[in-house]
Amino acid sequence: MTALLQVEGLSVHFDTVRGVVRAVEDLSFAVERGQTVALVGESGSGKSTAALSLLRLLPPGAGRIAGGRVLLDGRDLLALPARDLRQVRGAAVGMIFQDPMMALNPVHTVGRQIAETLHHHLGQRGAAAEARVVELLRRVQVPAPEQRMRQYPHNLSGGMRQRVMMAMALACRPSLLIADEPTTALDVTVQAQVLSLIDELKAELGMAVLLITHDLGVVWETAQRVVVLYAGRKVEEGPVTEILTRPRHPYTAGLLRAAEWREDGGRLAEIPGSVPSPHAMPPGCAFAPRCPLADDRCRAAIPPIRPIGPAHTAACFRAEAA
Amino acid sequence: MSGLALFWRRFRRNTAAVGGLVVLLLIVGAAVFGPVLHPVDPFDMLGRPTQPPSARFLLGTDVSGRDILAGLLHGARVSLVVGIVASLAATVVGLLVGAVAGYYGGVIDNLLMRATDFFLTIPSFVLAIVIVAIFQPSIFTVTAAIATVSWPSVARLVRGEFIAQRDRDYVRACRALGMRDWEIILRQILPNALPPVIVVSSLMVATAILTESGLSFLGLSDPDVVSWGYQIGVGRSVLRVAWWMSAIPGVTILVTVLAINLVGEGLNDALNPRVQQR
Repeated sequence: MTALLQVEGLSVHFDTVRGVVRAVEDLSFAVERGQTVALVGESGSGKSTAALSLLRLLPPGAGRIAGGRVLLDGRDLLALPARDLRQVRGAAVGMIFQDPMMALNPVHTVGRQIAETLHHHLGQRGAAAEARVVELLRRVQVPAPEQRMRQYPHNLSGGMRQRVMMAMALACRPSLLIADEPTTALDVTVQAQVLSLIDELKAELGMAVLLITHDLGVVWETAQRVVVLYAGRKVEEGPVTEILTRPRHPYTAGLLRAAEWREDGGRLAEIPGSVPSPHAMPPGCAFAPRCPLADDRCRAAIPPIRPIGPAHTAACFRAEAA
Repeated sequence: MSGLALFWRRFRRNTAAVGGLVVLLLIVGAAVFGPVLHPVDPFDMLGRPTQPPSARFLLGTDVSGRDILAGLLHGARVSLVVGIVASLAATVVGLLVGAVAGYYGGVIDNLLMRATDFFLTIPSFVLAIVIVAIFQPSIFTVTAAIATVSWPSVARLVRGEFIAQRDRDYVRACRALGMRDWEIILRQILPNALPPVIVVSSLMVATAILTESGLSFLGLSDPDVVSWGYQIGVGRSVLRVAWWMSAIPGVTILVTVLAINLVGEGLNDALNPRVQQR
């Protein structure tokens, strides 16, 4: 059986005056039905760009999909005519964004915004649509949905807005939910609620989730597989328990150490240095300048992705040493 | 509270705007009911020419012995209709051009904006004269000419609003939900871009009335209707002996334009509460 979503060799380039920036380079991963896959990396690693590219949502002029395939149920979304792609967006694939305040239209009531999705994909309108809106809002645990649906986004709290976003994304029972940093803009207590809601809905609808995040705590709680991105490339992929307990790529290991809670009140273990400028990528491994294990080979050639354990791959010459 | 009630509460706070609105309603009332309450044909020669205001002719007669009050009331209809229709048409065209240019950007934006620049670089009044002179002066051509010279400023404004809105997350979310471009433009972004446009178009009515008056002052108006500018033009030749003949329609234009401007300012304050604190 093929995976629900199969990304193969996805490359996204930005043409700038200083040359081509390879925001995402040769990215491949798969999301199985009903599975949660986390796309992890720090800011600028290309994780959001990759997520937006899957549905060809990059704003025109900002980025160009330079190659690759995005197969959803065997259909290549990158080759789909715009008309067919619109049928996929919002129906087979739902998407939620980081800041639910910004992602809702301030001039329409939230009920209307959900109803628009229903009308668009299912042709529902009138009383039937309204009943479904109430049902959806209730499903994402919005209290008093009949009143809430007549309110505007600014009347709602951040957590409520993210729930409304989810109601919109789930209106057509998608088989895949792309969640781009869904909890980053929320309070910690609300974060947990939203995450457990995503998990519940996932189980109920049998949908898969592609979770874009930099929060390893969130990854641990929700994901089954993890894809780690660094400077636009996949550096490690594997089951969540493997990656978070036995990371094989020094970058992943560094991320974990940086996220570790130091009971002894010691200094936070940061990764020295910073992500290389996209205009001045090193010839070899992009992480080599910051890597404690780097040798001459790492600085000369880009390490290929290779298997290093069951369902576990890493792009590091020295994975065994890590 | 509904949006309309909130809007009215904000608008009411601006005394000058409320005053302008009252004056404007009086003028609209005069245009609608005046010719019924004062049923005199403004083209009929009814008495001795160049009479000062009297009991029979409340505002006097013009050089051909026509009732100035009747002309003023009929002229109100022309001025208001031309002003409103022209600015509505200009707003619709400007919205379309600006929305498409701002949303799509790139080559489309360039083409549309260079076309807009073409209109913006020609003095608008001169262009209006040329257009009316080429076609026969009539209510329709005058309105069309005013609309033609007015839309570019709306297009510029709308383009700016669309550029500011198009990269917002809600637009991306709409695209992620599978909406078509025109749906996003008309139903999602347009309502967000509308408040400043409403202000500009309401102020544009005042400019359109002035342009119409200027054109008819120069004799470029529909020969079958009386308008305020035409009345000023008629009185011009006897300005030194019968100043009121030009002054009455002149003051009427002044008051109307001022009232519209006050209302426009009030709309601005009520619709854009952030710029209010000055």
